[in-house]
Amino acid sequence: MAKKIFTKDNSTYIIVILAYIIVEALIGTGNLSSLMKGLLVPLCVYVILAVSLNITVGILGELSLGHAGFMCVGAFSGAFFTQLVGDSLNGGLRFAIAILIGAVVAAVFGILIGIPVLRLKGDYLAIVTLAFGEIIKNIINILYVGTDANGLHISIKNAAALNLDPETGRIIIKGAQGISGTPSDSSFTIGVILVLITLFVTLNLIHSRTGRAIMAIRDNRIAAESIGINITKYKLLAFTVSAAFAGIAGVLYAHNLSSLVALPKNFGYNMSIMILVFVVLGGMGNIRGSVIAAVVLTLLPELLRGLNEYRMLIYSVVLIAVMILSWSPTAKAFRERYFGFLSRRKKEVS
Amino acid sequence: MSLISYLLNGLSLGAVYAIIALGYTMVYGIAKMLNFAHGDVIMVGAYVVFVIVSGMGFAPLIGIFASVAVCTAAGVIIMMVAYRPLLQVSKLAVLITAIGVSYFLQNVALLIFGADTKSFSSVVSFDGFSLADGRINVSGETVVTILACIVIMVVLTLFIKYTKAGRAMLAVSEDAGAAQLMGVNVNGTIALTFAIGSALAAIAGVLLCSSYPSLTPYTGSMPGIKAFVAAVFGGIGSIPGAFIGGLLLGIIEILGKAYISSQMADAIVFAVLIVVLLVKPTGLLGREIQEKV
Repeated sequence: MAKKIFTKDNSTYIIVILAYIIVEALIGTGNLSSLMKGLLVPLCVYVILAVSLNITVGILGELSLGHAGFMCVGAFSGAFFTQLVGDSLNGGLRFAIAILIGAVVAAVFGILIGIPVLRLKGDYLAIVTLAFGEIIKNIINILYVGTDANGLHISIKNAAALNLDPETGRIIIKGAQGISGTPSDSSFTIGVILVLITLFVTLNLIHSRTGRAIMAIRDNRIAAESIGINITKYKLLAFTVSAAFAGIAGVLYAHNLSSLVALPKNFGYNMSIMILVFVVLGGMGNIRGSVIAAVVLTLLPELLRGLNEYRMLIYSVVLIAVMILSWSPTAKAFRERYFGFLSRRKKEVS
Repeated sequence: MSLISYLLNGLSLGAVYAIIALGYTMVYGIAKMLNFAHGDVIMVGAYVVFVIVSGMGFAPLIGIFASVAVCTAAGVIIMMVAYRPLLQVSKLAVLITAIGVSYFLQNVALLIFGADTKSFSSVVSFDGFSLADGRINVSGETVVTILACIVIMVVLTLFIKYTKAGRAMLAVSEDAGAAQLMGVNVNGTIALTFAIGSALAAIAGVLLCSSYPSLTPYTGSMPGIKAFVAAVFGGIGSIPGAFIGGLLLGIIEILGKAYISSQMADAIVFAVLIVVLLVKPTGLLGREIQEKV
């Protein structure tokens, strides 16, 4: 049993590394369009987001619709740090610290939000995470932060209210205009390294004592509590780790764009829902599935680009069809009957 | 005096939220699913009226009837095609197909009507009136919206209490298995619930776009989420809860916009929701469900 899990995990790493080698080879031989090149870092971002959300949704078993909020926090804190230090640190070290800061700030938000949120259950928990995500996005949109010789100035009104020293003052976060001029420290290689780190931590978490405790809570909260598992602690831990990785994804995202703005499209509930789609389609609790689903679903609209305005329509139809074909009992029976010999049946989970 | 007109605007917006939230909450009560596509049915309803009234020049009333008919049909078809195969399997799977349906409706609207904003002409021909020597103007849309919401609420309550189909709905939401054993047509009842919910969404769409006359394929998205918040606020699954939650949410949103910050209005709405749920984890009128070992 232990050996089987081991190989499954390894296959996840191998898939990522193989994909990296193939892509690098394609770039080297000039066979990758610039459009696809532009997608490489976002792909890494989505994979990290999907894997990290899977910790909350698949491993902890709580529906979160506010994952983009943590990504937003990470993106802004990381980009803020990079802007603050500017060229006084060299690129690699600066980016490494930015990643760390993004992760820590997102984790702090994870704890702060997790404490009240995790008391709730089911759909109530889902809507509150959605609410927190939207609040974060809203606050970022009115937040002005500047710096001058006297230190940091923060305002939620406008740039003038910062009272910056006109000579040394510099506005970093400009409310609805966000942060602009972030150096592009992200690259596909760094992205893949971060994906591997995320996978390593997540997979090891799942197989650790902690991970088993978290899954015990998911499977039966009361039973887990009765054998002495500290529910609050483990729930909060899973939620926080999930948030921290979303923060890392945010930093990666922020350093891939020259201007970072919190829009409904990138940090709103639509984004959170999109990540949730990756997780559910890849299989809840299935980390490798999240990686594959995130890649396929991000590439799908691009591959359908030839169909122009029909592509999102087809994307939605494919999404519905895949869900029905993979989940409905009729389709399952059909598969079992005709293709049963192809797939090893998993144990039925009631 | 401005406070009173803000309150009236809030009530009017809240009435729209309440109508949408009623649909949300009924579907949740019966099918235990979050119908994320509900907001987009609002948009479909509004486009139907737009085409029939502004495009073909028919009377607004005909437009509204057509819109209700189209949305009812759309709601039932969506349920049959996208939700029914998964309803018994997994709540999360249905949630994802609902998201798929939401993308689908938005993109169909995008293909047919384009991304540009259409200006929706109000279906309300009544001009409204002013109170207190013209210091408070009440628009016709406000009056009609609030009245429509009250009528819908009363009719719906009577329908559920006193008709066979309505009681079947109650029974199915209580325990679908037991209801089936008692001879209730569960699938039919679920279809009826979707039909009513979608018809309400059509009415809400028309009222919303009459008060806020800009129509895009994404018009329904945010009101849909707000109505979801309203339904949870009042206690999801509870019909009076959706009504109260919707009205309160509308008032909070308008007052927040007026007195605190227009950019923060959405954040305020969500913050109030969080506070309410922390004090009362199942919403204002939601029932506590005891966990049994």
